[in-house]
Amino acid sequence: MKNKISTLLFSTALVLATTGIASAQDKTVKIGVLTDNSGLYSDLGGAGSTLAAQMAVEDSGFQAKGWKIDVISADHQNKPDIGSNVARQWIDLDKVDVIMDVLNSGVALAINNVVKEKNSIMINSGAASSDLTNAQCTPNTVHWTYDTYMLAHSTGQALVKAGGDSWFFLTADYAFGAALERDTTAVITANGGKVVGGVKHPLSTSDFSSFLLQAQASKAKIVGLANAGGDTTNAIKQAAEFGIVSGGQKLAGLLLFLTDVHSLGLNVAQGLNFTETFYWDLNDQTRAFSKRFGERMKNKAPPTMVQAGVYAGLLHYFKALDALGANPHDGAKVVAKMKELPTDDVLFGKGTIRADGRKIHPAYLFEVKKPSESKAPWDYYKLIGTTPGEQAFRPLSESACPLVKK
Amino acid sequence: MPGGGDAAGCPPYPIELESNMSINLQALFAQLLVGLINGSFYALLSLGLAVIFGMLNIINFAHGALYMMGAFCAYFLLNVLGIGYWPALIIAPILVGIFGMILERTMLQWLSGLDHLYGLLLTFGIALIVQGLFQNYFGSSGLPYAIPDELKGGMNLGFMYLPIYRGWVVVFSLVICLLTWFLIERTRLGANLRAATENPTLVRAFGINVPRMITLTYGLGVGLAALAGVLSAPINQVRPLMGADLIIVVFAVVVIGGMGSIMGSIITGFALGIIEGLTKYFYPEASNTVVFVLMVLVLLVKPSGLTGRAT
Repeated sequence: MKNKISTLLFSTALVLATTGIASAQDKTVKIGVLTDNSGLYSDLGGAGSTLAAQMAVEDSGFQAKGWKIDVISADHQNKPDIGSNVARQWIDLDKVDVIMDVLNSGVALAINNVVKEKNSIMINSGAASSDLTNAQCTPNTVHWTYDTYMLAHSTGQALVKAGGDSWFFLTADYAFGAALERDTTAVITANGGKVVGGVKHPLSTSDFSSFLLQAQASKAKIVGLANAGGDTTNAIKQAAEFGIVSGGQKLAGLLLFLTDVHSLGLNVAQGLNFTETFYWDLNDQTRAFSKRFGERMKNKAPPTMVQAGVYAGLLHYFKALDALGANPHDGAKVVAKMKELPTDDVLFGKGTIRADGRKIHPAYLFEVKKPSESKAPWDYYKLIGTTPGEQAFRPLSESACPLVKK
Repeated sequence: MPGGGDAAGCPPYPIELESNMSINLQALFAQLLVGLINGSFYALLSLGLAVIFGMLNIINFAHGALYMMGAFCAYFLLNVLGIGYWPALIIAPILVGIFGMILERTMLQWLSGLDHLYGLLLTFGIALIVQGLFQNYFGSSGLPYAIPDELKGGMNLGFMYLPIYRGWVVVFSLVICLLTWFLIERTRLGANLRAATENPTLVRAFGINVPRMITLTYGLGVGLAALAGVLSAPINQVRPLMGADLIIVVFAVVVIGGMGSIMGSIITGFALGIIEGLTKYFYPEASNTVVFVLMVLVLLVKPSGLTGRAT
């Protein structure tokens, strides 16, 4: 009997010891790209986000160092319930270590809770809501590319200062639209402007004429588009038709991506001002990466800022794993390491990740070129202003994030 | 002090009220007109569905995909072959109509006599395949298609700025709807067609090639969808999912109007466009559900639809 117990204890100890060794040297990583693969946002994230993740894996050089890395991808269909189900299954069954992209603020806020509950990681590139690093911040989330606070400040401030002091909003009726309208309104009123009205439209609206007529009747100087993707392009195209711009009002696309400008064509899009944190034609490094990326995309498109964020975010994640020496499979621990290390990549330059999970880098105010100014395919933007990273995002002093020590 | 009040404060109120009223009336007219424009698309699409259901007994779920193909057809005619909007209005419906007839000949005809569910599932599957293929090749953001030069610009109607193109859409689709109605309800060809639906064997005995007529009818319904697609190309982005967004609403229109009723689907199409337009003005959040609320109400009160006959 005594013998049996000691055998049992010995074997238990052995098992514990070997698993302990295994986790200390565990060099496996599983990456899940959760994005919109089939809906209205699939061009700005979608397959391009998965490609960006694969390129990050290849460029990290981790595989040569003996790491085993898998990239899988799924479609959340812009539905928070589907997104959380996939995330739970990925974390519980497939042992996914990090969830990438998660565009769509509604889905992102849901996944935000899942990764916190399960101590996993979300490196968010595509979602806009600034709540991810404010009231809803978690020790498991990094928000990489952009957010509504930054968009509102950069584009909103520039337009109000240029005389656009009365606004009418066309807002997508979900978490993202609400956050963008809220953050922009704060900027407008702080700069002495006012909001004279607005409408909330359902996601994926094909006809904006009713809303545009209301915007026209409001006589506001600026019609602010607090929406994204196909909704924004439809609104811009139909605004031209209803003579909004020729009638003296100005359109503000608060969130516009390269693929939107491409789809509108320069004839319609020229002169629009908006903010992004990445453009393929910023410098030699972004051009080199975008060339490699475009060659592997089906339609030869250069990366959008969302796809660029997936690449850069994942590279920084690998940097943290490298510093830890192995994969601890402990979300909060890896994210803490990511925050500790300064970021430096070819697409966003040098930066940091703050305590609240907010990645800090410069924001660029762009203007869409006239057709005559565009010299090459995808040559669409003129840089007209840069906000340094420290000023672009919500200052920590205004943060409602419990992780921020005050 | 009822009826009293501050004399100095009194005069401004009625004036302000009046000016508010006039702004509201203007906005109301504008929304009615915008509703009418959307109604034209609903009418054209639900008309095609009604023709196909009435004559072939097929619930054509591929209608949205065929509408999208019409728009893409116009895009390719312009950008590959340099053929403009006006010829595309004729060529695109014919090309897509031929595609529809091939579908009917190779697949749908084998389902005649079976439960409606088979046709619905088959066409739904076709729609998913077609949309998936287009999305795979062209992405989701869509392609630009400009308004033809002749219809650019707009006119100020006093209560709203009407883009000329939108006015053209209303007039043109009304004409097409009425022509289709006339063809089916008032001509000899239409009479043969309706007879063939009632009793194909008897009609065949008169020496009429019923299967060919059915194929042509499906082609006509599909052509109407493609025509709506060409009409909408300059307004919306030419996107693979443009039909998927619309088709559910159009089905609700057909159900409200009464499955298979030609005039019913035309009238309900325009009427629902207007109701939706008003909802967008008074309570925009509900604008994409109001049609379905109406559908539920109509089904509860009159299950065969507003103009449908109980079977």
